[in-house]
Amino acid sequence: MTFMQTKDLTIQFGGHTAVDHVSFTLPEKQFKSVIGPNGAGKTTFFNLLSGELKPTKGEIFYKGESLRGVSAVDRTRLGIGRSYQITNVFPNLTVFENVRLAVQSKSKIRYPFWKSAHSYHELAEETHELLKQVLLDNKAQLFASQLSHGEKRKLEIAMLLALDTEVLLLDEPTAGMSLEEVPAILNVIHSIKEQGTKTILLIEHKMDMILDLSDSIMVLFNGKLLADGTPGEIMENETVQQAYLGGY
Amino acid sequence: MAKALSLHNGVYLIIALALIIFPFVTESRTWTILLTQIFIFAILAMSYDLLLGYTGIVSFGHAMFFGIGAYSTGIFLKSFEPTLLYFILSIACGMVLAAIVSFFVGILTLRLKSHYFAMLTLALSGLFLVAAEKWRTLTYGNDGFTFRAPEIFQDRLVFYLVALGCLLASFVFLKRFVSSPMGRVLISLRENESRTASLGFKTLHYKVIASVAAGVIASLAGSLYAISLRFVNTSVMTMDITLDALLMTIIGGVGTLIGPILGAGVIELAQHYLSGLARENPIFERWIILFGILYILAVIFFPRGIAGGIQSLYLKLRGKKVGVHRSLKKRVVKS
Repeated sequence: MTFMQTKDLTIQFGGHTAVDHVSFTLPEKQFKSVIGPNGAGKTTFFNLLSGELKPTKGEIFYKGESLRGVSAVDRTRLGIGRSYQITNVFPNLTVFENVRLAVQSKSKIRYPFWKSAHSYHELAEETHELLKQVLLDNKAQLFASQLSHGEKRKLEIAMLLALDTEVLLLDEPTAGMSLEEVPAILNVIHSIKEQGTKTILLIEHKMDMILDLSDSIMVLFNGKLLADGTPGEIMENETVQQAYLGGY
Repeated sequence: MAKALSLHNGVYLIIALALIIFPFVTESRTWTILLTQIFIFAILAMSYDLLLGYTGIVSFGHAMFFGIGAYSTGIFLKSFEPTLLYFILSIACGMVLAAIVSFFVGILTLRLKSHYFAMLTLALSGLFLVAAEKWRTLTYGNDGFTFRAPEIFQDRLVFYLVALGCLLASFVFLKRFVSSPMGRVLISLRENESRTASLGFKTLHYKVIASVAAGVIASLAGSLYAISLRFVNTSVMTMDITLDALLMTIIGGVGTLIGPILGAGVIELAQHYLSGLARENPIFERWIILFGILYILAVIFFPRGIAGGIQSLYLKLRGKKVGVHRSLKKRVVKS
């Protein structure tokens, strides 16, 4: 049984096919990167996996079960979590509260309406641990809107980690970050990988980072799967070189 | 933080005690009646704040639930003996009905985006208003009907204390509700619904729960309102009631709970005094225009309302940077 796979996954918007018959497999606890030029359909592919878009054709399987008709909320609950290319946090809530909400969801504390949220000490402790992990523990009481772009990206990752999903879909976690900010995120992703408990799919443009982290790489081009293989295979693939890497 | 909270609670406690003692130290019947009215509308405004301020739902149909409570109490006390037992039963009946109606209205409408939802609630509220006008055998239409209140309420002081008790109970309930894990999810919904869903929360469930809780509390306010007038007609279901709740919430400060209480106080007092000034100068016969100007100025200069403004000032004085609630600001201006 393949951990996660797609079969002929396709989505069309009017006459435009954004993802075109993509079939891929993602073994458990593997780190796979998705690369391709802008407009290749990478984020759309993620939106299909996370359930935010419904495919026009094709199927997604998770642990052998089809995800047809499974909502985005239920996919998160099943164990597929994602971060966003465009920072997507709760700007008017504190950094702590952003992560605490994700911890609350993971802990299945969803409908209590009488006991104060502050009285769940175990949630607070876990939240602080996660903030430490992404080096935001000293900013816990700031509003998320007061963070720098790089810190917001770290907050996104902390929220994703808080959900403790088996699959992490990381959509350009370093997008828009300055060169100085990138190593901090890279360290976080490295430490997640080293723990060896997560299956990770990463969209990135920074080839050094991809080659450093990935067990395998898939290349999308105009919505189609151009190649899928180990980093070495991808680097030597002539079609990929011509279409995307341009002699990297 | 704990110190600040206990300071808040201490202030609330002192205000509550002052309000309990107030009718025993004054003989002003006008003030007792006016404050009772403020308490009733404060309950309604707080229930609206749960929707607008905490969940980010703009509803134009909130009067529906206020009307259900008012009619429930009116019809019960007209049809049966006007005893305390029937009064309590009428409140319970109104709350259950409001819960059922708000549940189905919520299920039907809350999947829609904000402005479509607002329009649909307006339409449904209109439907209830027409039903109340046409079902004359039960509601006596627009003419309405009078009824006798339980004898114990002949003493305005008792009713004052009952209304105050209901206000305090609603405040404590809502305060705990919004501070609970469920309440925190409602706040995240207000901030970013799709992100809340991506964290694994079923957003529709939460919106329906907020809608039911707000509907039930609005129904309680309606029941008390009916008792205060000993009369019910279709005016309890009109858009004016919803607008009053909306404006009390905005003027007082959305998403604060204490704000709507202050808003109810300001608006009820302004209505009372501005309409009273008509005797002094004919210009005040058109006091509603002055009222409109007051609203516009409040929204422009105090977008976070009285409570929000005080909170900002307090945090500034303590040297903290205040996070601007842009989403709330936008909603206030839109409203």
